[in-house]
Parts: sequence; C-alpha cells; structure tokens
Amino acid sequence: MYVYDTFDHDFLTERNRQFRDQVARRIDGSLTEDEFKPLRLMNGLYLQLHAYMLRVAIPYGSLNPHQMRKLAEIADRFDKGYGHFTTRQNIQYNWPRLSDVPDMLDELAKAGLHAIQTSGNTIRNVTSDHFAGAAADEIADPRPAAELIRQWSTDHPEFQFLPRKFKVAVTGSETDRAVTKAHDIGLRMVRQNGQPGFEVIVGGGLGRTPMIGKVLRDFLPVPDLLPYLEAVVGTYNLLGRRDNKYKARIKITVHENGIDTVRDLVEARFEEIAPQFDTAATLAQLKRIETMFKAPDLRPASDLAYQAAYGADPLFRAWADTNLHAHRDENHAIVTISLKAHGETPGDATSDQMRLIADLAEAYGHGEIRISHEQNVILPHVARADLPALHKALRVQGLATANVGLISDIIACPGMDYCALATARSIPVAQEIATHFDALKLEHDIGPLKIKISGCINACGHHHVGHIGILGLDRAGVENYQITLGGDGTEDAFLGERTGPGFAYDQIVPAIERIIRAYLALRDSPAETFLQAYRRVGLPPFKAALYEKEQVDAA
Amino acid sequence: MSRKPYATVVTANDLIEGDVVYLTAAQTWTRHLEQAHVLTDQTEAEVALAAADARPAEVVGCYLAPVRQTPNGPQPAHFREEFRRRGPSNYAHGKQATSMNAA
Repeated sequence: MYVYDTFDHDFLTERNRQFRDQVARRIDGSLTEDEFKPLRLMNGLYLQLHAYMLRVAIPYGSLNPHQMRKLAEIADRFDKGYGHFTTRQNIQYNWPRLSDVPDMLDELAKAGLHAIQTSGNTIRNVTSDHFAGAAADEIADPRPAAELIRQWSTDHPEFQFLPRKFKVAVTGSETDRAVTKAHDIGLRMVRQNGQPGFEVIVGGGLGRTPMIGKVLRDFLPVPDLLPYLEAVVGTYNLLGRRDNKYKARIKITVHENGIDTVRDLVEARFEEIAPQFDTAATLAQLKRIETMFKAPDLRPASDLAYQAAYGADPLFRAWADTNLHAHRDENHAIVTISLKAHGETPGDATSDQMRLIADLAEAYGHGEIRISHEQNVILPHVARADLPALHKALRVQGLATANVGLISDIIACPGMDYCALATARSIPVAQEIATHFDALKLEHDIGPLKIKISGCINACGHHHVGHIGILGLDRAGVENYQITLGGDGTEDAFLGERTGPGFAYDQIVPAIERIIRAYLALRDSPAETFLQAYRRVGLPPFKAALYEKEQVDAA
Repeated sequence: MSRKPYATVVTANDLIEGDVVYLTAAQTWTRHLEQAHVLTDQTEAEVALAAADARPAEVVGCYLAPVRQTPNGPQPAHFREEFRRRGPSNYAHGKQATSMNAA
C-alpha cells in the first residue's frame, strides 16, 4: 500500500481546510450555489434526490484494514451505517449533511483517504485490476503506475477545468478486469524486447454514445508515461468540444477528428513537453512507490484443511467454486467477497460488514483489501488452508454468498432511488432478478453470466458491456427497460446489441427469464456459457423468445 | 383530448440537510408535499420560482414540479417526484422513515 509522506499529508490538510472554508462561506451566504457547485464537485460532494452524497476515492481499488474501519466509522457517525461501493472503485455515502462534510473529510484524511477529483471535469480516481499483485496471469502489478498517475493528476493546474470528466484505468494483465477499453485512457502493461511499457488506448467510454477505445500508441516506455499522458490530456483540453456537454468527452474528440489526427497532435505535443519533465525524478518516485507495493511474504502451507472442507461441506464447495480465483502462488487463492447477497442492494456494505472484512483481511489476507468495479470486495492473498475458517467467519455477517460471476452478481447503479440524473430505478430490478433466479434454483445451472443495469443513458452500471444489459428509461412518464445482449467488458470488449422495444417495470424480470430459458434450451452443453452461445447463434432466437410471447399475449 | 389543468409546486433541497422541501403559501419551506402551495397559473408559478431562487441561503436547486390536485392535497404527477416524496425503495430511509417515526 502507498504510504503518505509529509507532502501528501500537508497537501490534504490544506485542501480540506480550503473546502471547510468554502462550505462555511456557502452556508453564511458569501458563496452562491453557482459559485459553490464546481468547488463541492471537485471534492466529491453531490446533491442527489433525497440528500447530499459524498463520493470517496478508493485509489485503484486498494484499501488497508485501518482505512476500511475508517469507512465504517464514517458510515456510523455521519451516515446511516452503510456505504455503497461503485463501479469506479469509489464508496458513496448517501445521507451526509452539508455541515458535516468538512469533518468527514478530516476523518478520512487521518486514514489517508480523500474525495478529491471524484467528480467534476477533472481526471477522476484512477482505477485498476482488482486482482492486481495477485493474479496468476499478471505481467506486473499495475498499482505503482496508477499511484504515480494519481499523484500527477491530483490538483494538476492544467487539468482542473477540462471539457468533461476524464477517466483512466490501468491493467497489468492480459485478461482485462479493469474495462480499459471503456475509459478515456486505458493503459495495458506490456513488454517489448524485455522492456516494460504500456499499450495506450484512448477514446473508449459508455454513456450516451458508447465507444470502444482505440490504440493510440502500441508501446509506450515507462519513462515516457507522464509526459505522454500530459500530451494526451493537453491535446484533448484544447481540441475537445466545450459547446455541447454531450459531445465533450475525448471519445467524441477522437471520433470527430480521427485517431490519426489525434495521434499526430499528441506526438507533437509529447515531443514539445517531454524535455521539461525530470525523467530521473519520476523514475525515482516510481521506484519508491514500487517498494510500497511489495508482494507479501507468502509462506507455503498444506491445503489439507481446504481439501477436507471441500469434500465435506457443500456450502463451502459452492462458495469455493464461484468465489475463488487462481493466485500466482498455488498455495494461495484470491477471494471475492460477494456484496450481492440475494435481495440486497448490489455494492452496499454495512459498517459491521466493513469491520468484519477489515478483521479478516488482517487475520487471513496480509492486510490487503480490494474493491472491484463489479462492486465486490477482494481479499487478494489468502492461504488455501485458511479458506474454510474465512468462509465460516464471513457467514456471520451474510458475506458468504456463493454467486460471483453468476446471474445474481449484478452491477447496478444507484438509479432513481438516489441519483438526480436517473430516469428509472436500477436497484430493485437487480434485487428482483437475484431473488427470482435464486428461488428457481437455476443460478448455478445457468453458469457464468454478467447482468449490468443502468438507470439512465450515462451508463454508470456499464449496461453496454453486460452479457445482458438493462437500461432504465422514462417513457412517457413510466419506467421502461431496454435490453441489450452480447456485451463484453474484457479484452474482447464489445457493445451489446439492443433487442427491440423496452419492457415495463413489472415485465422486466419475466423478460430476463425468457432470455435465460431460451439460452438453456439452445446451448450446446452446460459448458457453453451464455456469451458463447450468444456469439454462436446471434440475436434472433433471443429476440423471438423475448417478443413472441408478448405477441401471443396481445392477441 | 383536453389539456390537464396547470398545477405545480415549488420544490428544492434544503441547503444543510439536503432533503426535499416544498414552498408553502406562507412562503416557508415544508417537508410535506400536502402542505405545499399549488400554483395554477404559469406566470404566477414562474414568479414564485424566481423568488425561491433568490433564497440561496435556505435551499438548493429550486424548480417547478407538476402535481395532480386531489382531495388529499397535491400528489406527484411523475414517478420521480413520488420517489422524492417517499425516499428510496431499497431501504426505509428518507421521508418514509420520518413519517413512520411521526406516526
């Protein structure tokens, strides 16, 4: 984990002092809302439907137990005893009072946490692979680069008023678990002739106009990282449109100008500014950061306890089959703690759950915790021998749901239950799909399936890249849900295809069931996943299953 | 098809608490939609909105929300306003919690 130095502490203290003053001036009337709004957004403070919302960054998804306990304490002292983990590896508190926010930020700062640039037209929280540093398929840990980018982008004077928000994701693995192709900049760590570097992908994004990112540079040597990023964002800052909010993201800049023009401008800018960067100092800082992300000392241990529990306990076996991933060390496993208990709100954790996770990370996980963009919690380094005890402990707080990667492991944005931008609800749709298929006892038979739900076209719920995507809209004053099929957020990123007309709120779960029944009937074998089957047969059989019944009903 | 009669209320969020408030006939803010002043004339409504906007030390984000007039007072004309009046559907938080406490 990155450890703050004096500079970081002083910076955060000063920033929080400034914001405290800004809040005071808003409350005493010296600042209008128009003046205050950009300031509060830069500090992660939104105004939602029922209350303010504070979005706290979890940089590249990494937390230590002390920080997790602090998040729990904040939830208890200033909110309603829970927090909501988001698709951008942030945590949101849904009920703070404006006058409490400065105290919340000071408390967070004590644990090295902040809400800076979690909103506004700035470079946002840098996201990363939640299995970073542990995955068997990893080339290198992406987090030191992500931390370097955070330091470079935080309060960067040139990039505080960009045309629109700007999101960067970094992955160190061939398997893309960070959705890099749906980010303004996606960085994929690669090696060329033994030299480490990055493939730079630009112009991806979901939202109103979904786009898969394009390769801007196939190999960027590590020493060039910051000047090149600065050249990309600087080029966008000048070229990006400010006349139309909906055309202001870099994906539109790339689309309208062409990737080749953007590349020429970026390369020219890079040549111009690279000499101004002190490469040696940057590399020294990167090296310093890398030492803080040293892998834990993994001791070999017998996994007899694991084998015994796997053989004897069906609950443990089901959990082990879905919630564990291959660790680079064969005696260890990556554990995903599901925040998707059937019927609960995807991504929500109570303060008691947070404290238990912190305790278990200390007891069994070398003190490391990750938050995934899929709204789950990861313990990246658990000895296989400790898995039965961990599983047993998780059950106490309802954290042992065996559903990771299955139909109830749904991404859902807050939707109209909280969000001021939403056009329909997301959370209850996710809750009902989860409980419905749990009651049918079909979940494990269906196998790997990603459902992603957004409550408006801004697509915080990543519906375009869901195997089944659901988009909630307002159609003539009622909630209506459009379905897309075949989306994929991995290295084979693909945008889902719309099936046709949408479904009313009370018809969306039956519609999903018709899709699932069609899949179960047409798959080659249980080994053929939903996505594989969809790629084989295409949209028509699903479309028939979805709409034929409706026509029969109407007749 | 006859046009629905014009009926709106001025609504906003409280500056400190952030919760939903409505403007009353006495020009005060209430947490209860039933107590809101229903404006049936569009020009009058726009004047009321401008006046509310001029009270930034009390509220944030004033706008006119269409309502249906019923014997039980104004009711939300759109489901978004129904959520604002009630609270989220996944927990009994927001106004629905307050009204349960009051009951």
